[in-house]
Amino acid sequence: MLLAKFRDEVEDILSRYPVKRSALLPLLNLAQREEGFVSEPAMRDIAKVLDLTPPQVFETVTFYTMFNLKPIGRFHLQVCKSLMCALVGSDDVVTWISKKLNITPGQTTSDKTFTLSVVECLGSCGTGPMMQVNDDYYEQLTEEKVGRVLDDLARDGTCPLKSGPYMYPLPLGKS
Amino acid sequence: MAKYETILLTNMGQPGYTGSIKEYEQAGGYQALRKVLKDMQPNQVIEEVKKSGLRGRGGAGFPTGVKWGFIPKDHPGPRYLCCNADESEPGTFKDRQLMERDPHQMLEGMAITCFAIGAETAYVYIRGEFRLGAKILEQAVQEANAAGYLGQNVLGSGRTIKIFVHAGAGAYICGEETALLESLEGKRGMPRFKPPFPATHGLYQKPTVVNNVETMANIPHIINRGGEWFSKIGSPPKSCGTRVFCLSGHVKRPGNYEVPMGIPFREFIYDVGGGMRSDKPLKAFIPGGASAPFLTPDHLDVKMDFEAVAMAGSMLGSGGVTVMEEGTSMVWAALRLMEFFYHESCGKCTPCREGSSWLAQTLQRIWNKQGREGDLDLLDDLCRNIAGRTVCAFGEAEVGPIQSSLKYFRHEYEALIREAEATRPRHKEIPVLSR
Repeated sequence: MLLAKFRDEVEDILSRYPVKRSALLPLLNLAQREEGFVSEPAMRDIAKVLDLTPPQVFETVTFYTMFNLKPIGRFHLQVCKSLMCALVGSDDVVTWISKKLNITPGQTTSDKTFTLSVVECLGSCGTGPMMQVNDDYYEQLTEEKVGRVLDDLARDGTCPLKSGPYMYPLPLGKS
Repeated sequence: MAKYETILLTNMGQPGYTGSIKEYEQAGGYQALRKVLKDMQPNQVIEEVKKSGLRGRGGAGFPTGVKWGFIPKDHPGPRYLCCNADESEPGTFKDRQLMERDPHQMLEGMAITCFAIGAETAYVYIRGEFRLGAKILEQAVQEANAAGYLGQNVLGSGRTIKIFVHAGAGAYICGEETALLESLEGKRGMPRFKPPFPATHGLYQKPTVVNNVETMANIPHIINRGGEWFSKIGSPPKSCGTRVFCLSGHVKRPGNYEVPMGIPFREFIYDVGGGMRSDKPLKAFIPGGASAPFLTPDHLDVKMDFEAVAMAGSMLGSGGVTVMEEGTSMVWAALRLMEFFYHESCGKCTPCREGSSWLAQTLQRIWNKQGREGDLDLLDDLCRNIAGRTVCAFGEAEVGPIQSSLKYFRHEYEALIREAEATRPRHKEIPVLSR
């Protein structure tokens, strides 16, 4: 049981809502963080905890684009392609990544490290082109920056170029 | 550049400001909550906000005080406050900054709102992609709980105010207030039919107020400095206060800028934003997020307030200004936006679900130079049959970019279709079979 492992966290989540079903998205997020995708056993688990039927969980999962129903690579590269990013070159970002990793959008590298997706607006239009990698944002991408991010991630599992608390433009007097 | 007095971005504009509770307190934070709990009645708070003329900053621009006033006074059960932090309108990225850089500002606003409407529980519905924002907010809530600004017996007043952070999972439509409530209830985020309105039948069918992050962030300042002070800023009487406008696209200095409402777009794009990024002139701009119809250089002197932009045939919406330079194909721009709407249509109402796919496919066909002669009439017809025939405003939103680009840039569509017609191989005559 996946959720048994996180008993305290599950209890904490359940205590926030007067109606159990409200805890569905937080629990699915928890399951996905643990496994990288939402598996069928996890959905059955969650259904049991929330007194729902498995189809009720499934129908909700399929509505939200962030839930993966299949295993993906260790790093999920999500490049924003909506108009605001496209104006400043998001299509190039996809090309750079495709060229470097030899995959097209929707594919995973053979070593299961990277999955490339093209997604809709991620709320970072002033600092595009940008991509999200797992929990982190990487903004104002250039070919060089993309290359460094991918190298760092493959080697160290993290990259110092990720965005911190967002503010743009930064206040004067600070670089 | 620092020509206008800022309200919301003042704290975070200080170099080195991190948004911790200590720094927020030093900057005068949580004084408004103290004042409200000590000296004011819920009614007075609502009156003060009504007086300020504050309108919702999420997109619809509904007067905030009036919204609070709709909460039934005699309802015995629980009431809820939901803060809409599901910022997903393409072109908008202000809430992200307000949450990540100064989380206590909005939490204080939420606490005051809870007091005003008599809610004990509030949820921040933050879009799932903003992991960092959710982390920062959760930590801020913990800090505020520890300091006694939230939790049980807030500042010794005997009131309970609990705030929880609830992360979504990537659905644009959950920024629509009733869809947000559905999603918060753990269902597919599909908008509800209105009426009944959330003010009477909201979260768990209880009276609920849903307010945007920026709206919440304004509340402490209104309480501290008075509704009358606020109502004189900007473009009174209809569009009061400042707004954090987001500038993106082909400009020199994109980003978030807080300016009083009512300055002309020309000033915002050319003075505040530094003008176009290259020597190419401006071709078109979106005044208020992807849902707002395009405007052209002729509209640069329109004032950035709710009424003036509506008069110009668009809407101020969420305040996301996107600028496009000469050389950008407007068919391509409309297609990109349409692909977004096609992807994000929730599928509840037939005109929007089916129409968005027709619109996207027709635009794709035109852009790929496979357009047909009747395609523009088809687009017109589809647009007319989507807008106003759906449960939520998504229908109007998705046809906005197409209708406006057809209005101002019809020749671009026609050129592409002419090209397609000229290069299309002639069909062979189909023989008619006779018996």
